[in-house]
Amino acid sequence: MTPKTRDAATAQKDDSQLRQKEMIAAHYSRLARTHETGERSVYTFVPGNLTELIRNFDLLPVLPEINALQSAMRGKSKEYIAAAEREGHSEDVCTYVKCDVGMKRAGNVGPTGERLPDPDLLLLSYTGCFTFMKWFEILKREYDCPVTMLHVPYQGEGEITKSMRDYVVEQIKKKVIPALEKASGKKYDEDKLKEQLRRSAQAEDDLVAVLESAKHKPSPIDAYFGGVYYIGPIFTAFRGTQDAVDYYRLLRAETEEAVRAGRGPITPSGELKEEKYRLVVEGPPNWTNFRQFWEMFVDEGAVCVASTYTKVGGVYDAGFRHDPDRPLESLAEYCLGCYTNLNLPSRVEMLERYVREYQADGLLINSIKSCNSFSAGQLMILREIEERTGVPGGFVESDLVDPRYFSGANIKNRLESYFQMIEQKRQGVTA
Amino acid sequence: MKYCVGIDLGSTTTKAVVLGEDGRVLGRGITNSRSNYEIACGVAVSEALISARFGLLEEALEREHVDADRRHAQLEGLERGFREQQYRGDLGELRRVMEGYLAAGDYGAEERKAVDETLAVMLEESARLYGEGSSRKSDFFRDLAGSRYLDLVGAFARERGLSYDKLVGLYDKAILDVENTEADQGSFAARIRAALTVLPEPDAALTRAIERATAVELAKAGSVGTGYGRATLPFAKEEIRSEILCHGLGAHAMFPGTRTVLDIGGQDTKAIQVDENGIVTSFQMNDRCAAGCGRYLGYIADEMNMGLHELGPMACESKRPVKINSTCTVFAGAELRERLSLGEKREDILAGLHRAIILRAMSLLARSGGVHDEFTFTGGVAKNPAATGALATLIEENYGRRTLNISPDSIYTGALGAAMFARREWSRKEPVGAA
Repeated sequence: MTPKTRDAATAQKDDSQLRQKEMIAAHYSRLARTHETGERSVYTFVPGNLTELIRNFDLLPVLPEINALQSAMRGKSKEYIAAAEREGHSEDVCTYVKCDVGMKRAGNVGPTGERLPDPDLLLLSYTGCFTFMKWFEILKREYDCPVTMLHVPYQGEGEITKSMRDYVVEQIKKKVIPALEKASGKKYDEDKLKEQLRRSAQAEDDLVAVLESAKHKPSPIDAYFGGVYYIGPIFTAFRGTQDAVDYYRLLRAETEEAVRAGRGPITPSGELKEEKYRLVVEGPPNWTNFRQFWEMFVDEGAVCVASTYTKVGGVYDAGFRHDPDRPLESLAEYCLGCYTNLNLPSRVEMLERYVREYQADGLLINSIKSCNSFSAGQLMILREIEERTGVPGGFVESDLVDPRYFSGANIKNRLESYFQMIEQKRQGVTA
Repeated sequence: MKYCVGIDLGSTTTKAVVLGEDGRVLGRGITNSRSNYEIACGVAVSEALISARFGLLEEALEREHVDADRRHAQLEGLERGFREQQYRGDLGELRRVMEGYLAAGDYGAEERKAVDETLAVMLEESARLYGEGSSRKSDFFRDLAGSRYLDLVGAFARERGLSYDKLVGLYDKAILDVENTEADQGSFAARIRAALTVLPEPDAALTRAIERATAVELAKAGSVGTGYGRATLPFAKEEIRSEILCHGLGAHAMFPGTRTVLDIGGQDTKAIQVDENGIVTSFQMNDRCAAGCGRYLGYIADEMNMGLHELGPMACESKRPVKINSTCTVFAGAELRERLSLGEKREDILAGLHRAIILRAMSLLARSGGVHDEFTFTGGVAKNPAATGALATLIEENYGRRTLNISPDSIYTGALGAAMFARREWSRKEPVGAA
């Protein structure tokens, strides 16, 4: 990343990053040209996104959550949130929503500086987050366009039953497909969907291999901060495309090369040379101070070897794959299985498995101030993991895209204390 | 004699604890934190070393077979004399700095005269300030000199028609310079000898003991810094520990049965769980908002025009505490004024404010894993009887009976932990010396 550390290997690392950047930029500029090309767009959410189905109709997906986090990384979210608050949105509301509303006010200019199209359909995949409903209620008024809701039942009992799956499939058939047909003026093509899902599964295999490479010591990747880049294409507009297949193949090859070479992850300050702490992280990252936050880990030699946030758009490492032989059923199972749709015991089980399988030194929670669906119950999760695994838990608080909630000194203090606590526990020092 | 030192650079005060080779506490020092952290640390350490010297002096007196009563009387007298010498030294520095400003700035002859006379009176009063049976409202020069200076120039300003604000401004500028200038730290021997001369009946045994105590060479073997300002300390990274670890270990050292620690400092509150070795197993602290921390009480004291240390005792007189909803410092100030205007009693309002702080701490304690036996309360607020009273009540209500430990030296807990880390590090490097 920095020129001085750029040897053959880091240059290779750059290849996948470069590729990813190009893909995303191309998608945004395609969106910006829709008024010329006549292409149409569908706004939808990351958890439970039906990207293959949307693209089956040659519609272009737009993900407001991604726009919000990108705005934050570009330092725009503060003014967007302020604009939304001026309209009466309260301080406690999900900051993704306010950032999105503010972005609309500022001309709906996307991360690449180009204007995003108005939606032709709002496809509300309701997957574990109540705010999604309210969010599209607001957007419906903004854009005066149809909303189709896919109601994904919560995994309250920790499993996907046949009736849950049938219920989702039924909605896809009777509501989602007709709505997409209407928005696009095209007919549903199941053969095409099967092809798309085949490509999805292929990319998913490679993604899982990349994420699981963190089981090596040292880990060649950071599965939280680096992880958000890796999940980018598959969580957004690219699942089921050849672009995604190519990207993940490239990424996997790079990662395997890093494992062979025994290299640590590439961070904003170059390669991490010494892996001192291996952490499992729960909760989304902070986007406004993303690099600063990451560097607090890097400074202490901490690597995130597994994270739950990288599972909000699909829990592939637990075995799920899109299945061309059961197209709609597997789409339904995908929606039902997203991390945001899991109950607390399932989340605990996943975290416990991560701590053990990735040989982590601790579980760190980044609790998001304005996200109740993520944050509720996190301290109980923490205690439970401590009890089950014996590794110490750490707890920091920040926000998704509201910079006012990021107190660098406080977070650094807590993180340093946490790392020293792990170290002390490891040494088992007595006076 | 080798020593290890721990320094806790807090937002309000900077503390230092000096440990001997055997791990015994040799001395403790405290000063007000200031813009120059390095100097704050220097002052705290030199204060700790002064207290260590007094410790050595006591031992030397013991060896001279001076009986306990006489020993204590002598030490007490010497210490007062020593502090007076320090005070006079600082006054001299204050005069030097003020004269610089008076010469350079647009001050008239009358103003210069008023300052000159004020400082002369203060110098003259020093003997009374540190006289037998005297008590002082603060240990810090800034506060001691400041309150007297304000009284005196206030009177001059009224009598002679001078600008009080201008004279106050001069002090504010000068005290910053005085505090942020490296003081003459190497003069223990000179000051103690000066103090000796004013003792009513110096004797040969005491003189010998002083010579012996001042002759001991104190050599620093290691140091660890902690606290709010630790990152800016002039220490290497391996000489810095988080205050959470330091408070955990320090509390364990003071009370080995400790399992839960609550520390309420100037701008943060920490709830810490430790194991039987003082190793931290879990912690919670306040986030970006410092509501309900020590500064809250400082602000309330200012609002009520009272001394910080007067709040607790007054709150303890309350018969019917008022329910205060806000731990936001600014809102609490407003609520306080409103309650006063409604005719509520000051002690009842204060009792409510103390309870509000503790309620916030209770939430952190709960999130950190609860309150286990024994429970140790540390930090500046642990000296406040109303805060400790409210804490004891709420803990019993929520968790049942717990042993509540509060050390008179609780403010030094973090520095003690830091010093212990320093000593461990030293004994790791030099296992023979630290046997």
